[in-house]
Amino acid sequence: MAIRGVLMHQLVKDLLNGNRRAAARLITIVENEDDQKRSLLKEIYPHTGNAFIVGITGAPGAGKSSLVDRLLQQIRSDGLTAGIIAVDPTSPFSGGAILGDRIRMQDHALDSAVFIRSMGTRGSLGGLSRSTREAIQVLDAFGKDIIIVETVGVGQSEVDIVKTADSTVVMLTPAGGDSVQTIKAGIMEIADVFVINKADLPGSDRSATEINMMLDMNGEKPWRPPVLSTVSINGEGVNELWLALQEHRQYLEESGKLLEVRKQRVRRELTEQVEYLVKTRIWEDVRDTIELDDLVEKITKRLQDPYSAAGELLEKINFFKEDQGEGV
Amino acid sequence: MNANAKKIRVLVAKPGLDGHDRGARVVARALRDAGMEVIYTGLHQTPEQVVETALQEDVDVVGLSILSGAHMTIAPRIKEMLKEKDMGDVLFLVGGIIPGEDAEKLLAEGNADQIFTPGDPLDKIINYINGRVNINRKS
Ligand SMILES: Nc1nc2c(ncn2[C@@H]2O[C@H](COP(=O)(O)OP(=O)(O)OP(=O)(O)O)[C@@H](O)[C@H]2O)c(=O)[nH]1
Ligand SMILES: [Mg+2]
Repeated sequence: MAIRGVLMHQLVKDLLNGNRRAAARLITIVENEDDQKRSLLKEIYPHTGNAFIVGITGAPGAGKSSLVDRLLQQIRSDGLTAGIIAVDPTSPFSGGAILGDRIRMQDHALDSAVFIRSMGTRGSLGGLSRSTREAIQVLDAFGKDIIIVETVGVGQSEVDIVKTADSTVVMLTPAGGDSVQTIKAGIMEIADVFVINKADLPGSDRSATEINMMLDMNGEKPWRPPVLSTVSINGEGVNELWLALQEHRQYLEESGKLLEVRKQRVRRELTEQVEYLVKTRIWEDVRDTIELDDLVEKITKRLQDPYSAAGELLEKINFFKEDQGEGV
Repeated sequence: MNANAKKIRVLVAKPGLDGHDRGARVVARALRDAGMEVIYTGLHQTPEQVVETALQEDVDVVGLSILSGAHMTIAPRIKEMLKEKDMGDVLFLVGGIIPGEDAEKLLAEGNADQIFTPGDPLDKIINYINGRVNINRKS
């Protein structure tokens, strides 16, 4: 296994040298929860923290990928590099997914300054936001200036992903009546910029007015999210969006908010890591040394209750034994 | 236990000039329903685009759908570029209207791992991929 360890280390070196295949392989490793993941991320982490992370969320078909494609033009003409993580839902029935966001981003398929990766949600609770965050770390260390995460804004996991972003764009469309009333609570609060896409369709002015009214009711805030209109199929309004994102970034930096937000994120990551390690350790011990079946049997027969059984289990677990494999 | 366990990732690509992707879409859906992650990139892909996408998406399988008759130039070209990029071990499938002679030649020269034609049942493709891609590399 030592040889494999050396190889893995080489992967990080290659990443830092700008090798696209290494970036791709490392994202696969984090996505698959590969055994080597944590030791690799440890090596990657010191090289992260330089990218600006933008989240884009909105209903299926709202035009997110088309907008990302247009934003990429702006980013590239400013001489910046970009990484895209495009998340599509995994089918709950088969566990498979069709990842089609790249269809709209083909103009940038051969631009070596752009790296696009599609990910399926894969259905594990909290797992998606973790692997997305780790994929962002890979692209950050890879040297991408701007990292954009596209997700369908439907559930808690998407809201969690968005917590990873420095700036969050919430996209709405005039069609389908997804006006303010129908937007999920929780999605509204995370927006730093609102975009009404498909502004070529009727009703976009009304949607903008509704959102503006709602924002005005919220009272004074240090950052008042702008409400922009875009047509991502022809690029209308995309320059304004790029400017708004830069303005928001400037606001974050100058107000000290960026540091605050990133501290919150690190705190969350740290908590998550501790919880993860504890959980893993518990189930390792349970699997290796502790007889669970007996307990289950007893509890089922009401010879014991699950509450005291859980307490007893915990006492048997050795949290402080030397860690192998995880390389903590 | 591990909900994030490894999935087979497949790039379904439509290189060349022909404008029909119904077949590619049917295959893509079948592979999804078989639990795979399918990256679909739309029509008119150049060999460079196919290979670069395969690289960035780190796929286990590249499946080309070619109806234009250009398979004898496109498939060897893409296979060669995959090898150049150190992706020679990616499973490489060619689907479309491929005459038997051409199929034999592509297989014999190592320019395809397997050929599928429109009459082939979807299960055949799924079973072939499942049999060839070892998804349990770890254990
Ligand atoms: N009329 C109009 N159509 C648009 C606009 N933007 C995108 N579309 C169309 O909307 C459809 C979906 O666009 P995508 O960019 O794939 O949308 P998406 O939000 O990424 O979709 P998912 O990733 O599937 O949720 C495509 O057919 C686009 O051509 C727009 O501004 N106006
Ligand atoms: Mg999309």
